Amino acid sequence: MFDATALELARIQFAFTVSFHIIFPAFSIGLASYLAVLNGLHLVTGREVYLRLFDYWKIIFAVAFGMGVVSGITMSYQFGTNWSVFSDKTGPVLGPLMGYEVLSAFFLEAGFLGVMLFGRSKVGPKLHFLATFMVAIGTLGSAFWILSVNSWMQTPQGHGVNEAGQFIPLDWWAIVFNPSFPYRLVHMVLAAYLTTALVVAGVGGWHLLRDRADPAARRMFVMAMGMLVVVAPLQILAGDQHGLNTLTHQPAKVAAMEGHYDGHPEGGAPLILFGIPDDDAAEIRNVIEIPNLSSLILTHDLTSPLPGLKDFPEDQRPPAEIVFWSFRVMVGLGFAMLGLGIWGVVAWARGRIWQAPWLWRASMAMGPAGFVAVLAGWITTEVGRQPWTVYGELLTADSVSPLRLEAVSASLTAFVLVYFAVFGAGTFYILRLMSKPPEGGNPEPDMGPTRAEGITPGTVRGRHPQGET
Amino acid sequence: MWFELAHIWAALIAFAILAYVVLDGFDLGIGILYPLLRRGEERDTAMNTVAPVWDGNETWLVLGGGGLFAVFPLAYAVVMPALYPAVIAMLLALVFRGVAFEFRWRATRGRWIWDLSFFGGSLMAALSQGIILGALVQGIEVENRQYAGGNWDWLTPFSGLTAVALIWAYALLGACWLVMKTTGDLRDRARAMAWVAGGGTLVLVGLVSLATPFLNPAYLDRWFDRPNVFFTLWVPAAILGVAALFFHGMRRDRDALPFVAALGLFVLCFIGLGISFFPYIVPPSLTIIETAAPESSLWFLLAGALVLVPTILAYTAYAYWVFRGKIEPGEGYH
Repeated sequence: MFDATALELARIQFAFTVSFHIIFPAFSIGLASYLAVLNGLHLVTGREVYLRLFDYWKIIFAVAFGMGVVSGITMSYQFGTNWSVFSDKTGPVLGPLMGYEVLSAFFLEAGFLGVMLFGRSKVGPKLHFLATFMVAIGTLGSAFWILSVNSWMQTPQGHGVNEAGQFIPLDWWAIVFNPSFPYRLVHMVLAAYLTTALVVAGVGGWHLLRDRADPAARRMFVMAMGMLVVVAPLQILAGDQHGLNTLTHQPAKVAAMEGHYDGHPEGGAPLILFGIPDDDAAEIRNVIEIPNLSSLILTHDLTSPLPGLKDFPEDQRPPAEIVFWSFRVMVGLGFAMLGLGIWGVVAWARGRIWQAPWLWRASMAMGPAGFVAVLAGWITTEVGRQPWTVYGELLTADSVSPLRLEAVSASLTAFVLVYFAVFGAGTFYILRLMSKPPEGGNPEPDMGPTRAEGITPGTVRGRHPQGET
Repeated sequence: MWFELAHIWAALIAFAILAYVVLDGFDLGIGILYPLLRRGEERDTAMNTVAPVWDGNETWLVLGGGGLFAVFPLAYAVVMPALYPAVIAMLLALVFRGVAFEFRWRATRGRWIWDLSFFGGSLMAALSQGIILGALVQGIEVENRQYAGGNWDWLTPFSGLTAVALIWAYALLGACWLVMKTTGDLRDRARAMAWVAGGGTLVLVGLVSLATPFLNPAYLDRWFDRPNVFFTLWVPAAILGVAALFFHGMRRDRDALPFVAALGLFVLCFIGLGISFFPYIVPPSLTIIETAAPESSLWFLLAGALVLVPTILAYTAYAYWVFRGKIEPGEGYH
């Protein structure tokens, strides 16, 4: 049925396993920080609601973190199994960076996780907060090193090549802090925070629809809305800066993102809002575009020239058919997140946030949006790097292990079956945990009408302090 | 110079792998013994003895693999494709058993699925690791910086033997851990398992030790040539010593002693492997020096490792200290 090579299957396998994996860190980086904040707020204010929220999200974190660990171990070995030539060549440069991730971050998370999950009664609240804080620092440390590794593959510098064809480190500072690293790190960490804020907002919205007086649901919802309205604009700014950086270092990727097959050497490139890219014909059809806007966004100047895909040799063009769409999905969701955050803050400022069932429903609808945006973003940057593993220096085709087709197809099949079964079950358990309200506590006094013109039927069934129960 | 920076790293990687083997060894062992435990409280308690620490234990595996990638990239690039099916099987097995720690508490009717996945995953991971060990000891063929053998070279009677031996040895560690960490019926049942696992492990270690020198003339020389034999003979002698310690602890009901003895057995077998291997990292093809990354890579990571590894050991020890002593049934956060 398929006429695939071992290389293609190895690429599919890597894309599949890394896409599954990224979901969990994107969630656990943000959630670990949220847990540290909740734990800290409980320590400082002594308010019960923070401990309730901590205990609630802690269990969800544990399930997600477990899946992140096991899918991450797979990633760390896949470089060797499927990309052994890449491993041999880049090991001297990338290996120590990954080594630092394990030593400085991975162990920290794993070492303090047990105390964070099980140890509160054994170590007391202060050390328990410290353990939670360490787990959060660990997740951020992991992001630091992994983004450094990925960024070096996108914008390599600070190395030479030896007679065996290996990349040899010459300047570690230049390798770690390579040109695209700061942008990528900020973009990813903000993405993780947004992802978590959206999940928390969605869960908060769900419980508000059932019982809008639940103080824990209120607290998590308002915290998430605040987070959204602060982080979403920062993310848009960071994304813009990242785009400028990518144009400098990977112009072919930007051309694919924008759908520009023809360059605009005279300047004034239009922004293509919609179109259907066709790599074989090297043209984009059914275009709706805004004149000069692409130049403005990408260079902050209306008349700057921009290169197109045709300015690069045919065998060095990334596939625009994928990158064009994934980029639009990411950007579109980013603005939708900003919109949700503004809606939430306006509702709060007007004192109507606890009588806004459509806001709560919108939050639920946007709950998974962070994951989709993260995946779309990674597809944009990784597919946009093709046909290189190390941009401009090592081709993907020259990176693969000497494996037989049968071996890779068997392992790919196994990964797909196992991941869907196991992580599907995990997602089900997480959703079930989320569907239960945080336990205990007294409902807050509710000043609003008990039945808001028939559009909040949930409140009738829910607990109510001074309602008609 | 026969001793170089690369040898320090070989020792560090060896330490990471040993740490992985003994630490994840006992929680894999509990998984292997799981079907022998009673449903309900016994299994819950056994799971809870390792729940706070298993994640840290498994991280040593990432350091072993990641460290190999970092400082011996050629060895990593050769070994992984050579042992491809065994490595993939190990990874998938670890997926199943890793998620079981949380999933089994979240399932309602489906708990048996995650109990089964904890047992099957642990057994399969131990089996794969045993095969990986056996395949490495019997040797890997290399040409032009790449694996040059066939798809099935790793599967031999010898790698089968090491796999069975490792499964028994992990079961021994798991049983001894349960003896140390639990009370009552569970502890007594674990004690009975430790007797059987201890005897079986010693027999299997003996068989592997007898077979190894005949795989490769270099191993035979290393172990039995004079004057080498005077420096190597202490290893089997010490193994007899820890075996005596194990049986002493078992008979006198000293609950921590059998676990210590089992750890000692692992350390000694590991030293034995080191004696066979040196100076190779992928026998009989690649030496430690040949596969080492350039010095700048070794120094860069070593600088951090010298600070971070002791730090890791300190907070790992702290985590174990927090959860010290026998566990009460029902402890946990579920």
